[in-house]
Amino acid sequence: MSRLDDYKGQTPAWCPGCGNFSILKTFKDTVVELGLEPHQFTIVSGIGQAAKFPHYLKCNTFNGLHGRTLPVATGIRLANHEMPVFAVAGDGDCYGEGGNHLIHTMRKNPNIKLFVHDNQVYGLTKGQASPTTQEGTVTKNLPFGVFSEQLNPMALAVALDCSFVARSFSGDQDHLKSMVKAAIDHKGFCLVDILQPCVSFNKINTHEWYKQRVYHLEPEYDPTDRVKAFERSLQWGDRIPIGIIYRNSRLSLEERIPIIHDMPLVKQSPDINKLGDLLKEFY
Amino acid sequence: MDYSIRIGGEAGQGIQTVGDTLSRVFARTGYHVFTHQDYESRIRGGHNFYQIRVADRPLSAARSRLDILVAFDLASMDNDAAFVAEQGRIIYDSAVLKQKFDGPTFRDVPFTALAVEHGGSRIMANTVAIGAVLGLLGMEMDILLRIISDTFQKKGEEVIKANISAAAAGYDFAVKDCGGCSFSMAARAEQKLLIAGIDAIGVGAVASDCKFYAAYPMTPSTGIMNYLAGKAQQYGIVVEQAEDEIAAINMALGASYAGVRAMTASSGGGFALMVEGLSLAAMTETPIVIGLGQRPGPATGFPTRTEQGELQFALYTAHGEFPRIIFAPGDPEQAMNLTNKAFDLSEKYQVPAFVIFDTYLADTQWTHAGLDLDKLVYTDYRLRADALNGLSEYKRHAYTDTGVSPMAVPGESRHVVVTDSDEHDEDGHIVEDAETRKKMVGKRLLKKMPLIQKEIEPPFFYGDAVADIVLVGWGSTYGVIKEAVYELSDRQKIAMLHFSQIFPFPGRDAFDYLALLGNAKKAICIEQNATGQFARLMRAETGFEFAAWINRYDGRPFTVEELVGELHVQIG
Repeated sequence: MSRLDDYKGQTPAWCPGCGNFSILKTFKDTVVELGLEPHQFTIVSGIGQAAKFPHYLKCNTFNGLHGRTLPVATGIRLANHEMPVFAVAGDGDCYGEGGNHLIHTMRKNPNIKLFVHDNQVYGLTKGQASPTTQEGTVTKNLPFGVFSEQLNPMALAVALDCSFVARSFSGDQDHLKSMVKAAIDHKGFCLVDILQPCVSFNKINTHEWYKQRVYHLEPEYDPTDRVKAFERSLQWGDRIPIGIIYRNSRLSLEERIPIIHDMPLVKQSPDINKLGDLLKEFY
Repeated sequence: MDYSIRIGGEAGQGIQTVGDTLSRVFARTGYHVFTHQDYESRIRGGHNFYQIRVADRPLSAARSRLDILVAFDLASMDNDAAFVAEQGRIIYDSAVLKQKFDGPTFRDVPFTALAVEHGGSRIMANTVAIGAVLGLLGMEMDILLRIISDTFQKKGEEVIKANISAAAAGYDFAVKDCGGCSFSMAARAEQKLLIAGIDAIGVGAVASDCKFYAAYPMTPSTGIMNYLAGKAQQYGIVVEQAEDEIAAINMALGASYAGVRAMTASSGGGFALMVEGLSLAAMTETPIVIGLGQRPGPATGFPTRTEQGELQFALYTAHGEFPRIIFAPGDPEQAMNLTNKAFDLSEKYQVPAFVIFDTYLADTQWTHAGLDLDKLVYTDYRLRADALNGLSEYKRHAYTDTGVSPMAVPGESRHVVVTDSDEHDEDGHIVEDAETRKKMVGKRLLKKMPLIQKEIEPPFFYGDAVADIVLVGWGSTYGVIKEAVYELSDRQKIAMLHFSQIFPFPGRDAFDYLALLGNAKKAICIEQNATGQFARLMRAETGFEFAAWINRYDGRPFTVEELVGELHVQIG
């Protein structure tokens, strides 16, 4: 069994008061509760403050490029689907630069748990608009305000029949823990959008702003009803639902590939004897 | 004997089926075969051809002169008939072309009528044409009949019978109608292996235990994906069609990190998208093999034609400084062997390795007496369970004398495997300090480079040991340069140097190729590009400057006659 100490990593270089601290703590608590050990899973991340997450832990880590988290994670899963793979990204990383990969990874449905730290702003590059920034928000490089429609990741995911679609809030650690656990339990691609404040650059969507608006989906809410889920995914503004908005039981990508049914690719050793057949078709 | 047969027609008319079947018959009969194709970027219509050269001696390029032209469209008459030799034959179906041609060369063979009469369907017109070509050449039908039986096995006895009747009808018609054909095929030898460059890359990948391939379709690289997908079940390969080339290379890197050999491929435009991933491979020291299929650019250029325009792109692309390995095979045998070497060195040194080819090499089929899979190497350089569990400590990017850090497979032991695209410490964690940066550059780049260079073999030499004229080429021009040397060798003291292991640039310890060039009266660099990219690399790496060049950049490969013609201009 693992202990919290096993997960001690580098000292975070995040701003004091950043929502990332509570996400990190919640994640560590959850994996310890689940009995996962650092070598038993891999975290893939891209670029941004959220992407530094695995360095502040101890675990297998591939910290790659901006927006390219999901393709790397997919490659890892296909090579070794016995290894749980978590992807950690920010809203810019995942919904902006990596938007195409997000769309197609939801379609492919590899068993990857994606945790998006959604603070509705670009923190690392100091305060530009992200895809989830509210329309009209003025930034240094957008003096006339954001013209683009605010991206709704929940509605996008429901529209693409993403296997598991949930939202949580960094200020509600119990809820966040329950969402991390539910995602880990779910088989298929999981998008968990985690609302969090950016204390340095987002003066609108503060901790208080979220706190006043988020509410837990009621217990009788049925996340398997896709049409109702789409309706709930559109809710944003005065009231923002958190919880599992949608889930289905689609087959995962790994389950669809017969070559890895019996054994992960990484454990399949080469069969030199078979090579003799390779050239036969060319005669 | 040395005959060239061209099958010309519109896309969608089945000229590839006719060409493939004929070349297979020749190779199985024991002849040497070289085939190449010329096609437009369209699915139906236009004018395409498939050309087969068949001879009783080894071949490595196409000729301009044709002996038999199978004309399925009028454009074949306009574009191709002029190349037919005086004693040659042009066979066509006047009912299809709606025109008659007079003269001893032309033979009106009713492909469609014979197909309907003997096979029962117009579809078999191509089978009639295949039979007719064999009839003209005076070959036997037995091998064709076996190929027909194998091809249509799944469709049942009726279909086999109908095709055999159609082929026989074409054969008999041609024999009777030949009117003094002068073709004679020499005695048979042992059957030969016939393989295209692109398939040879695929064979090399499978034989190197490539387990993961991710790509986005783009001519001329798509054939690798098709080949590997066809072998997925038997050899345990996961082939993933990615949403774009960026995803493709990143998926391959993920799979490689997780412990399997991985490859991706594209052409210039797609590879441009992969460039960011290339430097990620370098920084994280994750092995990867990248196939780069050149075609004429810039942008989407000539999608189905050929060029050697991306050597400099492969050499210098991506940000930052790091080692890379570049191979440019000249024929299918080299394609297989160098793909294998790319996998081996990429994993051994944890650097990206390229196999660069072009449309011409991808599509051309060559006969070899056989390919030797036993010469291929397979060494697993990764630390797996037992080796890892014994270590008290593990650092993915540990400093070593060779610069090569032990590469562990995540999840196989209690050790964690950490890597990062930012500068990192030995553990793989992000750092900012100057001292670590210097050490990491030393480890990743400076220590590895000389070791990798020692693995590179000298250029291939062919021809007169004390040559007045030395022709230099790289990649797919290998075959045509070799044939030009062969053809000119009775008049000139001539030789060739062919570079297929291009970067790191070959050293001169084993073979002082610069001395050879220095002693020649004239050294000519032959490239299928406009700016002499290899000549520039050679000057940068060795200081040697060519005084003469032959550059072709119209998207078409050289035939033997065309190159010899260019050489006559230069050397008289």
